[in-house]
Amino acid sequence: MTTPLLSVSNLVTEFGGEKGASGLKAVNDVSFKVERGRVLGLVGESGSGKSVTGFSVMRLLERPGRIASGQIIFDGVDLARLSNEEMRQIRGKRIAMVFQDPMMTLNPVLTIETQMVEAVRAHDQVSKTIARQRARDALGLVGIPSPEERLSSYPHQFSGGMRQRVVIAIALLHKPELIIADEPTTALDVTIQSQIISEFQKLTEESDTAVIWITHDLAIVSRLADDIAVMYAGRLVESGPVSSVLTDPKHPYTAGLIASVPSRNRRGVPLRQIPGMTPAITMLPKGCSFRTRCDRATDECLVVPPLFPQQERFVRCFHPVMKAMT
Amino acid sequence: MVTSIIRRLFQALFVVLAMTVIVFIGVSVIGNPVDILINPDANQVERARVIAHYGLDEPLWKQYFIFLRGLAQGDFGDSFVYGRPALGLILERLPATLELAIAALGIAIVVGLPLGLYAGLYPSRISSRTIMTGSILGFSLPTFWVGLMLIMIFSVELGWLPTNGRGPTLEFLGGQWSFLTSDGLRHLLLPALNLALFKTSLILRLTRAGVQEVLPQDYIKFARAKGLRERRVIAVHVLKNLMIPVVTIVGLEFGSLIAFSVVTESIFAWPGMGKLIIDSINLLDRPVIVAYLMIMVLLFVVLNFVIDICYTILDPRVRLDSKA
Ligand SMILES: Nc1ncnc2c1ncn2[C@@H]1O[C@H](COP(=O)(O)OP(=O)(O)OP(=O)(O)O)[C@@H](O)[C@H]1O
Ligand code: SF4
Ligand SMILES: [Mg+2]
Repeated sequence: MTTPLLSVSNLVTEFGGEKGASGLKAVNDVSFKVERGRVLGLVGESGSGKSVTGFSVMRLLERPGRIASGQIIFDGVDLARLSNEEMRQIRGKRIAMVFQDPMMTLNPVLTIETQMVEAVRAHDQVSKTIARQRARDALGLVGIPSPEERLSSYPHQFSGGMRQRVVIAIALLHKPELIIADEPTTALDVTIQSQIISEFQKLTEESDTAVIWITHDLAIVSRLADDIAVMYAGRLVESGPVSSVLTDPKHPYTAGLIASVPSRNRRGVPLRQIPGMTPAITMLPKGCSFRTRCDRATDECLVVPPLFPQQERFVRCFHPVMKAMT
Repeated sequence: MVTSIIRRLFQALFVVLAMTVIVFIGVSVIGNPVDILINPDANQVERARVIAHYGLDEPLWKQYFIFLRGLAQGDFGDSFVYGRPALGLILERLPATLELAIAALGIAIVVGLPLGLYAGLYPSRISSRTIMTGSILGFSLPTFWVGLMLIMIFSVELGWLPTNGRGPTLEFLGGQWSFLTSDGLRHLLLPALNLALFKTSLILRLTRAGVQEVLPQDYIKFARAKGLRERRVIAVHVLKNLMIPVVTIVGLEFGSLIAFSVVTESIFAWPGMGKLIIDSINLLDRPVIVAYLMIMVLLFVVLNFVIDICYTILDPRVRLDSKA
């Protein structure tokens, strides 16, 4: 096996707390790998730390957030140890990001041209004319009609779907090796959502770009991801190839998540809800964070389970589910 | 765009007209100038002659229409006190107040904007907290007291700067200006500082609040995610959004600087409009008061108009709306 493009190990991201004192662990001991050209689906409930994980990789955490420990090895370099300027040269150039809400991602008072040209020129010393041509071509590539005229528009003159296309065009400007897409279609209509996913998939496949697709929609993951990583309350609870994890979940939380999604094969079977609520990250139960909602919990679960390897997969559970749930 | 400008022009005209009524009635209510104008020893015939001379024997509505007719010709009537056209009297004083207000606003922007930006970008630094505490002082210390302190320190104790007056002036655009001579500039400095203090604090706090509102926005994070240099993120992405509220406030505050420079002008014996209007109110010099108030109304209307246009230029979302 080749070395992965991105290898995150034992990442801990805290909010608040410094100099020895530990803060709120929004991301707690998270490890995963992304191979070149592959798509990792990062799933989990709201507040489970998916976005914070993405922003940690980008080194875009806002105070008081900070990477407390762990490594983020990107193409052999630990991003967590880079200087700000070295990291800036990677951002947008080798790792790009697409955000959830296209209404908020583009600066409302700057034209699309300004926002694209500056993105080109942040990394490549080219003239404005050349930068503009590249911006125009990028807009054409993501399916924006008459890109030449649209360059001089402002964000509010685009629909939500078109705006997200612009954002994707910006992300693709430098043909990055990795794109972190943080719920890029959640804010869009279902039909637009589907179009954008297809186009995104096509573009990244063509350029062999690796993708971390953050979502809580398992249907999207099964459609476009190669691998899946499931987060719960800041921890990774299960990871592995999509095909095997979705058909044969080992962690009770993953199993519950899958059972709560409507599916054609299970028509007639009532949807099952995971009992209870996601605990606030400030009041996690002792031991396994899922313990209070888990029907398999025993006294053993009063300590935090490690990630147990299971063939090509990892499961953070003492009593994994053994057979596929159908 | 053009239709909205025309529409606003009409609105402005209506505001000015409405203000003439309010000002006219208001001024008539505050007191009868006859008592002040006329020598108490004058006899009835003399009294009647003076009253008729100033048109004060007519009913109020008629006085109003006479006033309006004059207004249409740019004539506010003659000052009761100086016996000269009220408008000319005020316009003569305009450069003094104008240069004081512009200097004060300039200081407020040059000091307040960068400090506010700094305090907003690095809120937890000690220097930022010091700046914010200082701005509270700027807000709460009374202007007249600060003015007196400035005179005490810089004029009386240190002897660096003059205490009052405008110093030598030079003619420019038909007015007399202090800032054109170096000694005039020295005269201008203290009153401008005094007047600027409150506005500096205001702009500083406004800028800081703006920065803290803009910084957590997704588009700032996305700008960073594109790999932009921090300098560009701040200078273009943050500042351009920040300018919208700041320009609005600066515009409005400029009006209030001119209208309320009275205190500073009195302390520093700065012969501007503020001092003139105080004297005129004391003497119930009705034409001057009316002319002054009308000029202020006009000033605010014009300022609002200019702010609206700046707003349209700065915020593309407004631009499109007004086109529709
Ligand atoms: N700026 C912040 N300050 C303090 N805590 C934060 C901050 N941002 C995130 N957190 C904490 O990190 C946790 C994880 O947040 P995150 O945004 O990563 O969740 P998510 O999995 O992306 O959820 P969603 O699906 O809603 O986007 C939150 O529960 C919150 O407690
Ligand atoms: S470790 Fe225990 S409590 Fe946690 S998920 Fe597994 S069985 Fe449930
Ligand atoms: Mg999120």
